[in-house]
Amino acid sequence: MKRSQLVAALILAALFVWAMASGMSSASPQSRQFRELPDARPSRQFPLGTDDLGRDRLSRVLYATRVSLLLAPAAALMATLLAAVIGGIAGYFGGWWDKCAVAVIDLLLSLPWFFLLLAARALLPLNAPPLASLLVTYGLLSMLGWAGPARVIRAGVRRLRESEFALRARAEGCGSLRLLSRHLIPNLKPVLLAQIWTTIPVFILSEANLGLLGLSAGEPYPTWGGLLRDLQNPLSIRPEAFAPLAVIVIAVACFNLATPRGGLTT
Amino acid sequence: MRAILHILTRRIGAMLLLLLAGGLLTALMVRFSPGFETDERELDPRLSQSSRLSLEKQRAADGDAANLANRFARMVFHADLGESPSLKRPIGELLRERLPVTAEIMAIGVIGGWTLAFALAMASVLSRRLVVRGLTASSQQVLICLPAAALAIVVFDIGGPVRALVALIICPRVFDFLRNLLHEAYQQPHILAARAKGLGEFAVWAKHVMPYAAPQLFALAATSVSIAFGAAIPVEALCDLPGIGQLAWLAATARDLPLLVVITLLVIAVTQACNMVSDWAALRRVDA
Repeated sequence: MKRSQLVAALILAALFVWAMASGMSSASPQSRQFRELPDARPSRQFPLGTDDLGRDRLSRVLYATRVSLLLAPAAALMATLLAAVIGGIAGYFGGWWDKCAVAVIDLLLSLPWFFLLLAARALLPLNAPPLASLLVTYGLLSMLGWAGPARVIRAGVRRLRESEFALRARAEGCGSLRLLSRHLIPNLKPVLLAQIWTTIPVFILSEANLGLLGLSAGEPYPTWGGLLRDLQNPLSIRPEAFAPLAVIVIAVACFNLATPRGGLTT
Repeated sequence: MRAILHILTRRIGAMLLLLLAGGLLTALMVRFSPGFETDERELDPRLSQSSRLSLEKQRAADGDAANLANRFARMVFHADLGESPSLKRPIGELLRERLPVTAEIMAIGVIGGWTLAFALAMASVLSRRLVVRGLTASSQQVLICLPAAALAIVVFDIGGPVRALVALIICPRVFDFLRNLLHEAYQQPHILAARAKGLGEFAVWAKHVMPYAAPQLFALAATSVSIAFGAAIPVEALCDLPGIGQLAWLAATARDLPLLVVITLLVIAVTQACNMVSDWAALRRVDA
């Protein structure tokens, strides 16, 4: 592991621990209102001040960090698993399986990612409870974000299928299921891992964009995108309103830097 | 030449199939989405029972499979784009009005983004100073970590040039590829030899580096059109620019089936056409 990868992973771990720990010990939870202190300036009690409803900004940023650092990797994992199944079947069996999978992948990739996401999100209920809308948003990311990784995994499986060890395993009577589970998938682990790591920042940024357009989770659940909506009012912008943006940049940069640069082991 | 024609014919066929599949898929997605059965106009207390019933009938007719297929066929074979139920205007007229705005934003974005990325990549490859390399790479790293919508809001708030915003979104997405490609080109033995023999930097770039990198650059150029449209949606929606991106946003939030299908088809057609042109250009260069 390179030094930059190690530093990025440590920063991410520290951010995650801070966000999780604040949820357990915070005296001012993200939805508690201090009605006598709306729009308060940063102070010892509120290091990032309060928003226009008198809620502690720091607690809300940390809560949103917890949500994104838990749900974005989960969604990326689901998308990669979906990609592994579709790309694996297409690459291993070939023929019509491959043609159908490639057609769907081409269709999904021919549409701009954000347009596809926006259209699909707007078709789902917009007035769902906040927790449900949060899960819907990340569920949608995982259901639509598999096409890119599937193409990479399909290519990897095709290459491995023709490799010498796979040919020898087949010649010795190894069945398709055993070949996939014992030989091909273990060799694809670095590719799968790289796909998960590269998908996480894409999902974080997509959620932030959707949140800014009002299509992510509703109040009172704070998300990074939802918190950035404070920037839409130019009259009330203060430096502390940029805190969510700074955290997004740090988290996405760390994910980009920490991405393992592994390839196939053959 | 025959091989190129064969590939292009296949691409046109695939594009037409993709257009059909994309249109049908979008129509089906909207038709079976939760909430298609509801209409916010029914919440209006001023409406009588008969008005509500007629709204229900109209919606049932809109969602009918035969009606959908008929509308889709009219659109494909008679170029009749229909009317937008949410904006109450012909879709063709809406597109004609808004296309120039999006075309301008995307053109500025693609050309500006590529020019900026190319300049930074050249500086990074040709400079021997670590500071220059570090600054170019880190500036792109920061830009790529910013959500497009947040960038749009900040630039809009400070009164910056919002129409040029897409360039800042495209630049970091092509920079890494450009830098690696140019670095690879400058490491080629014939280019090293040309530089060692004293050929000027511009001549090396124009006569040796660009011909080497061109096919891959054409391929990347097509994908940046798709990135530009994706970036134009939040930029237009948040900065109140009346373009196709804002129209897509309005159509999606209003569940406007005909408008959404037409925009999806338009987007697929444009991205596929760009892919085809880039493939053709790249193949011509390889063929030459």
